[in-house]
Amino acid sequence: MSLYRPQALDRALAFLGEGPAAVVAGGTDVFPALGLRPAPARVLDLSAVEGLRGIARAGDGWRIGAATTWTDVVRADLPPLFDALKQAARQVGSVQIQNTGTVAGNICNASPAADGVPVLIAMEAEVELASHHGTRRMPLCDFITGPRKTDLREGEIVTALHLPHRDGARSAFGKLGSRTYLVISIVSAAVILWTEGRIVSGARVAVGAASPVPMRLPDVEAALVGRALSDLPGAVLANHLAALTPIDDVRATAAYRREAALVMIRRALEGLGQ
Amino acid sequence: MTKIAFTLNGQPAEAGVGGLERLSTTLRRDLGCTDVKIGCDAGDCGACTVLIDGEPVCACITPTAQAEGRRVETLTGLHTGDPVMTRLTRAFERHGAAQCGICTPGMLVSAAALLRAVPAPEEAQVRDALGGVLCRCTGYRKIIDAVLDWQGRDAPEEGRVGGRVRRVDGARKVEGREVFGDDAAPEDAAVLRVIRSPHHHARFRFGDLDAYAKAEGIDLILTAADIPGENAFGIVPGFIDQPVYADGTARFRGEAVAAVVGNAALIAALDLSRFPVTWEEKAEALTPDAARLTGDLHGGRAGNVMCRGFVRKGDAGAALARADVVAEGTCETGFIEHAYIEPEAGFARWVDGRVELTGGTQAPQMNREALMAILGLPESAIRILPTAVGGGFGSKLDISWQPHVALAAMGLKRPVRVLYSRADSMSSTTKRHPARMTVRAGATKDGKLCGFSFEGVFNTGAYASWGPTVANRVPVHAGGPYAHDDYIAKSEAVHTHCVPAGAFRGFGVPQAAIAQEAVFDDLALALGMDRLEFRLLNALDNGIPTTTGQVFDGAVGIKPCLEALLPAWHEGLAKARDFNAKGGVLKKGVGVACGWYGCGNTSLPNPSTIRAGITADGRIVLHQGAMDIGQGANTVIAQIFAEALGVPLEKVELVGPDTDVTPDAGKTSASRQTFVSGNAARLAGLQLRSELLRLTNCQDGIIGFDDGLTVAAEGVTHRVPLEPTEGYALEAVDSYDPPTLPLDENGQGVPYAVYGYTAQMAEVTVDTDLGTVTVDRIHAAHDVGRAINPLLVEGQIHGGVAQGLGLALMEEYIPGRTDNLHDYLIPTIGDVPPITSHIVEVTDPHGPYGAKGLGEHVLIPTAPAILSAIRHASGARISRVPATPDRVLAAIRAAKEG
Ligand SMILES: Cc1cc2nc3c(=O)[nH]c(=O)nc-3n(C[C@H](O)[C@H](O)[C@H](O)COP(=O)(O)OP(=O)(O)OC[C@H]3O[C@@H](n4cnc5c(N)ncnc54)[C@H](O)[C@@H]3O)c2cc1C
Ligand code: FES
Ligand code: FES
Repeated sequence: MSLYRPQALDRALAFLGEGPAAVVAGGTDVFPALGLRPAPARVLDLSAVEGLRGIARAGDGWRIGAATTWTDVVRADLPPLFDALKQAARQVGSVQIQNTGTVAGNICNASPAADGVPVLIAMEAEVELASHHGTRRMPLCDFITGPRKTDLREGEIVTALHLPHRDGARSAFGKLGSRTYLVISIVSAAVILWTEGRIVSGARVAVGAASPVPMRLPDVEAALVGRALSDLPGAVLANHLAALTPIDDVRATAAYRREAALVMIRRALEGLGQ
Repeated sequence: MTKIAFTLNGQPAEAGVGGLERLSTTLRRDLGCTDVKIGCDAGDCGACTVLIDGEPVCACITPTAQAEGRRVETLTGLHTGDPVMTRLTRAFERHGAAQCGICTPGMLVSAAALLRAVPAPEEAQVRDALGGVLCRCTGYRKIIDAVLDWQGRDAPEEGRVGGRVRRVDGARKVEGREVFGDDAAPEDAAVLRVIRSPHHHARFRFGDLDAYAKAEGIDLILTAADIPGENAFGIVPGFIDQPVYADGTARFRGEAVAAVVGNAALIAALDLSRFPVTWEEKAEALTPDAARLTGDLHGGRAGNVMCRGFVRKGDAGAALARADVVAEGTCETGFIEHAYIEPEAGFARWVDGRVELTGGTQAPQMNREALMAILGLPESAIRILPTAVGGGFGSKLDISWQPHVALAAMGLKRPVRVLYSRADSMSSTTKRHPARMTVRAGATKDGKLCGFSFEGVFNTGAYASWGPTVANRVPVHAGGPYAHDDYIAKSEAVHTHCVPAGAFRGFGVPQAAIAQEAVFDDLALALGMDRLEFRLLNALDNGIPTTTGQVFDGAVGIKPCLEALLPAWHEGLAKARDFNAKGGVLKKGVGVACGWYGCGNTSLPNPSTIRAGITADGRIVLHQGAMDIGQGANTVIAQIFAEALGVPLEKVELVGPDTDVTPDAGKTSASRQTFVSGNAARLAGLQLRSELLRLTNCQDGIIGFDDGLTVAAEGVTHRVPLEPTEGYALEAVDSYDPPTLPLDENGQGVPYAVYGYTAQMAEVTVDTDLGTVTVDRIHAAHDVGRAINPLLVEGQIHGGVAQGLGLALMEEYIPGRTDNLHDYLIPTIGDVPPITSHIVEVTDPHGPYGAKGLGEHVLIPTAPAILSAIRHASGARISRVPATPDRVLAAIRAAKEG
């Protein structure tokens, strides 16, 4: 058994190149999934790798380092485009979880109910991946391929997320759960809007925990464009959410999730319209 | 193994890292930080919270490697090194913010991080900061109070009966010194893990266990074949039916089939998926309906009916036929998990031909009896040394961890420890019984009850545990604390292939109250009466026979409880009306419900014995055998004893419930410790007092301490002549057994000497678009006879309310599906609203200084009051708890359509 915790990215990638290893960042998903089973033989710990943490402007967009924690997100000085991400960050588990859990960990864990994912999908994030062979980029919505499934290849890690900048954009996130803290979403919704005057000129809307992978809802987005900020909630109709495929589980029924998703979207819009 | 260096509580520390060690394990096992607690190993409970570079993290899901070069702080270090923490711990004691104390380190460490950054936080900031730490005992309100008041001052405290005194064992809980089940084992102890059935029902066969043990380096494997005595345990005679290790057939998912024992590192690295056992799955029956149609789990229990309970008084059928209004309702509840934050843990060792068990339990003497049969040892060869208990609520009455380590220690002749994982704990220990209940109740036009019938089917799981007790208790209590002339109640406990249901705060009564109180709301509605007025009109009273025909002449306190709620009730109704008049999707409502609870065993002997002594040099020692599981028995029993003896509380030294030196104070269950053990303590105190007076030839006097004991009377101070001896110079042993009478074939008789009473009112807001419910406030009126310690009474009320809120809104255990604390939800600090406690004191002639029990009453009315309020707000009549958002929304729709 060995754990490797390098500071240089190329050494991390070299370690992965030498043979299969489990990757750990904050560990908030890795440990609960492991339970009492023995740990994997080779572990790569990304928490000390330089350059993987923080949010900054990069080119004409934004770069979120893979190992950026939710607390980092909450504390960063960011424009309203990031309000939704901050609201999601504040609702991930608890302060303890936010202090160690990372943005890339949330994505790679690929839970249908991950709170960061609908926001980042709405933000049209691209995932930057690196291995000792080189790097590649792909849209987040293609990177997550199903519940607990991603397109991460052997020897590869996520190094960053890239987001387009949207001038003057505003955003909101809402999460519905059966208790206040430490709760897995029954359903969640993220909305990003940008406007010309008081008229919506662009909208991105995504819903979590109501499909195998959190997904954008183009019908909802289309219904919002051209509307005045003050009358957005009424523009969204149940049939705009037809693409969702929620399931029944211990947290709620599928039918409820569908309805609640609509309410959550409307409420996010209500907040943004004020 | 590489070495990493970091700073631990201000001192340099080193740890070996070989892979994905959890920081919590490193801190506890290698660095002696037993103040870091383990509740789940999954980030769900926060008990393991430490600070890394000043930020709170869960040590159980942090790789040890990540501590390298950083500052790690735990409660003990903060308590000695950080002035904020020193004051905060005192505030925790002052406010009674630590009950069992298992969550306390996580709470304190998280709060200290907040207070360093924000010295005068708002309540919302406190909630956000502590939202990651679960507490099952306190209901969080006292914790919030303590954090907000961290700079406050201690007020002088009066330790007599009725005094609001801090708990006598509080300091060690808030300073991280308390020793719980997993904190006591010697370093060289071997580690045991239990192998459990992954199927609800299966036949199984072991492969070559010896070969497996040899190949893996395991020291010992235990199975049914290794039990020297009876492979059976249970609670009620005639129902001793649960094997320690299943013998060929596993009857529930999580049932123990074997255990492995070896050195710690080896067991930690063991991949149990390779354990040589083959399973043959069998058809399972998970509900009573299904179980009636399948083969019997136990011979002699036809149709899988384990037992039935019955109470009949008057003629319910005739009364219902002549009633002016009749209402009927059916309601269902699920399994409820106790969810104490401390999983089962302890160790055993073999000492001079005896087994000594050290760990958490609610019933040391009952455990010893069970172990005698299993181990085939005489009573004298088993010693139980209970540690502090990190929450019990009924489940730690049954044995769980004990026989495994006892057998292993006997076999290996070396200490063996076990710590249940959260999944072990949740899948194998008892639960609250799921119930399906139908209530019919009638009333006359003037609002008087006229006929009541209750039928309840309880899923008792694969083995009996306390099922018979539940089956007996429910029919007595199912009508609530009301005047019933014509009453019939039937209960039935049915075996299924589920985890055994057993004792949980209230023994089935909370479930019954949900069904009964909803139907009383129906009646009030049908009559156009105010819901509280209806209850007042029908409340039980002195001189009115109970459901079992028992008549009290002065101790029935339900009316005063209801009356205590009246001002808040009318205010709440008005507030809801005004709020709802404004329209909108949010609707407010209020609800009310009552509860009663007989203290102690139902019509069975139920004695407690208390021993106390005075040494030659005048030290006063109380052998306090009533297990303190966080409820405060150590403090309350000592207060009663000190009062009877006539000495200040701080002069009483406690000796714990070690079975070698402390007599049997009975189990901590059925709200009996204050009442029964309290009485025994009072008698022991009085006995010693009369001895002291006799020795000084005084009629009466004041006991003093002046280099030995003195008695002052009529202006003269007498020295008490005490002979120097080995043990005690004076000793008293006294017992109390509450007077009860058997129930006849109609369930008529005197099942309990005392009942406690309660009425609670809930204020809620319902989001009618989402079906979410916010409880805004609970008003809780409790007749406790006499509040021996109001601070602890409030603590019990708050904790019970929080559990009742969980029962109403979010908790349901599903075998195999919610064996963890993120799928099984209990209330967090953000879910428990402010609670207004009304302590009502209708003294009881039997109780010590008039006190009645309290432990279970506290949660009985909470869920029905919340459901009543939801209905008032939104029209939703909930017939299945928990009232999750989807169910509430569906019920709102159904009400609109119906
Ligand atoms: C009590 C608790 C509450 C929680 N509550 C929430 C919640 O409310 N909402 C929510 O969305 N989530 C929640 N989570 C889940 C979790 O905290 C988040 O998903 C978190 O963001 C995971 O980050 P991490 O760094 O801890 O991931 P890790 O556990 O370190 O890793 C998770 C997975 O991602 C992989 N991985 C991590 N980083 C990389 C990388 N850079 N490249 C490639 N692979 C990588 C790991 O190999 C692993 O498979 C909760 C978890 C716990 C324990
Ligand atoms: S959160 Fe670490 S033990 Fe529960
Ligand atoms: S005091 Fe919080 S769990 Fe017991």
